[in-house]
Amino acid sequence: MSALTFTLKHRPDQRVDMSPLVCHHLKDLALPDIAALTLQNGKRKLRVDELFTISGSNAQTIVIKNSFAKLDFIGKELQGGSITVEGDAGAYLGFGMKSGEIKISGNAGLYAACEMKNGYLEIAGNAGDFLGAALPGNKMGMKGGAILVKGCVGERAGDHMRRGIILIEGNAGNYCGSRMTAGTIAVMGQTGRYVGYAMRRGTLLLWNQPRLPASFNDCGAHTLAFLPILFASFNKLNSRFANGASAFNRVQRYAGDMSEMGRGEILVKL
Amino acid sequence: MIINGVTIDLTFAEAFPMKATRAIITAQNEKWAMISAQAMTGFATSVIACGCEAGIERVLDSSETPDGRPGVSIMIFAMGGKGLAKQLETRAGQCVLTSPTSALFAGIDGGIRIPLGKNLRYFGDGFQIAKVISGKRYWRIPVMDGEFLSEATTGQVDAIGGGNFLVLAESQPQALAACEAAIEEMRKIANVIMPFPGGVVRSGSKVGSKYKALNASTNDAFCPTLKGMTKTDLSSEIESVMEIVIDGLTKEDIAKAMRVGIQAVCDLGADNGIKRISAGNYGGKLGPFHFHLQEIMA
Repeated sequence: MSALTFTLKHRPDQRVDMSPLVCHHLKDLALPDIAALTLQNGKRKLRVDELFTISGSNAQTIVIKNSFAKLDFIGKELQGGSITVEGDAGAYLGFGMKSGEIKISGNAGLYAACEMKNGYLEIAGNAGDFLGAALPGNKMGMKGGAILVKGCVGERAGDHMRRGIILIEGNAGNYCGSRMTAGTIAVMGQTGRYVGYAMRRGTLLLWNQPRLPASFNDCGAHTLAFLPILFASFNKLNSRFANGASAFNRVQRYAGDMSEMGRGEILVKL
Repeated sequence: MIINGVTIDLTFAEAFPMKATRAIITAQNEKWAMISAQAMTGFATSVIACGCEAGIERVLDSSETPDGRPGVSIMIFAMGGKGLAKQLETRAGQCVLTSPTSALFAGIDGGIRIPLGKNLRYFGDGFQIAKVISGKRYWRIPVMDGEFLSEATTGQVDAIGGGNFLVLAESQPQALAACEAAIEEMRKIANVIMPFPGGVVRSGSKVGSKYKALNASTNDAFCPTLKGMTKTDLSSEIESVMEIVIDGLTKEDIAKAMRVGIQAVCDLGADNGIKRISAGNYGGKLGPFHFHLQEIMA
């Protein structure tokens, strides 16, 4: 069976809520039923076949072609299966996803992997602000799974993150790891200001020395036993993180944020 | 059955169901991994008084361990899951957590999960850090030499304890040399341990005693100095008997270990004073697993 493919016919002016087009919703539907589903587009509802040409039949493997930055909620609460996005994605990519895999060849907008629970999200381009974060007012962001961003990420990556791992090959904006409860964020590039702001627990693993807030204390240089295991877990990724030459176990450890619980850590490669 | 002049008795070893687990100890080098492993498996020869039977399964090179350092695989056997978990935790806490540069990992991925570092983490007094990596939870516990890293749980599986065979020889040095040769070969077999000192036990026991307080006592039928005063199983030329006890994950593992061990003894043969191979059993009434010597060596 070939992948169930949605090819965008034209770019609508208003944003599109793509949340109905996930594997577990479509698995028992025939193509005419899928075509008849409606998607919220601004204040209107559009049939799927008004926006997309549909081909293929395997709903466990969905491909969205010609995607652009106004297609929101792609892979919302995904439960198994895979979604491949060719192009950019709008806001809330992989929102609350529970399992499965999403891969996107372009950039993702705000709140990608927001409140993600498990699974794997790979963004080949850049991600916007609040990657893996909680919705405003909520206390728990990403609770599990893994995110790989090959480009850069915006501000507040991992805000209120609870568990799981975010891997960023490029740079991270201001407030990276803010208000983290736990989990791991690894950044190969540069980080912005206020890194780890108000983090309670969790690990920020950085390749480059950040501009540290005053509320982080230096705990010295250390060789940490868990780092080889962490790097070994990246081996199967299609990423620079999988390159053995990227691995290290010698780090400078900073503890903080002392203005909060202070059990978090920023580990900087030595 | 006679192999190289050694008589293989028409008898069987009687073994019992047990619960087992495996852990992997790594350290900066093999020396310190071994020190930690020896401590963890110390005083664990027999469930009769030690609470568990434990031993070193094998040495692991860097490519075989989770953190890429030299390591040692150890196994612990107990009569029940609760006792096993208790022994594992106590021993890990006192012997591995305390051992310089050590780290501790699960050696069995499946089975019922029992705590490894899950409760040791409280030693960290709130400074401990959990990391879930590839679905496995690890605890990083701050200690004076850096960090003690331990996987949260390991697997408990059904296993078998009490596989055994007896080496009957013309002299004590000959019996010991034969057992040493057997142990050297048996240590190459996976999934088994020989829990007694050096793998060899010289004080095989029988069930019961004339003293009410004891539930096991010397196996007088195989004591050479009692040949003239008890219902002996020894012929006149036997001067020393030693036993090798085997605990293993499956019946096949134990049978394989017994086969290579007995073969190593028989390779020395009657010329080196080895006269008979026998085994300990309780008439087949107590243990469900019977290892018939002649079938194993057929």
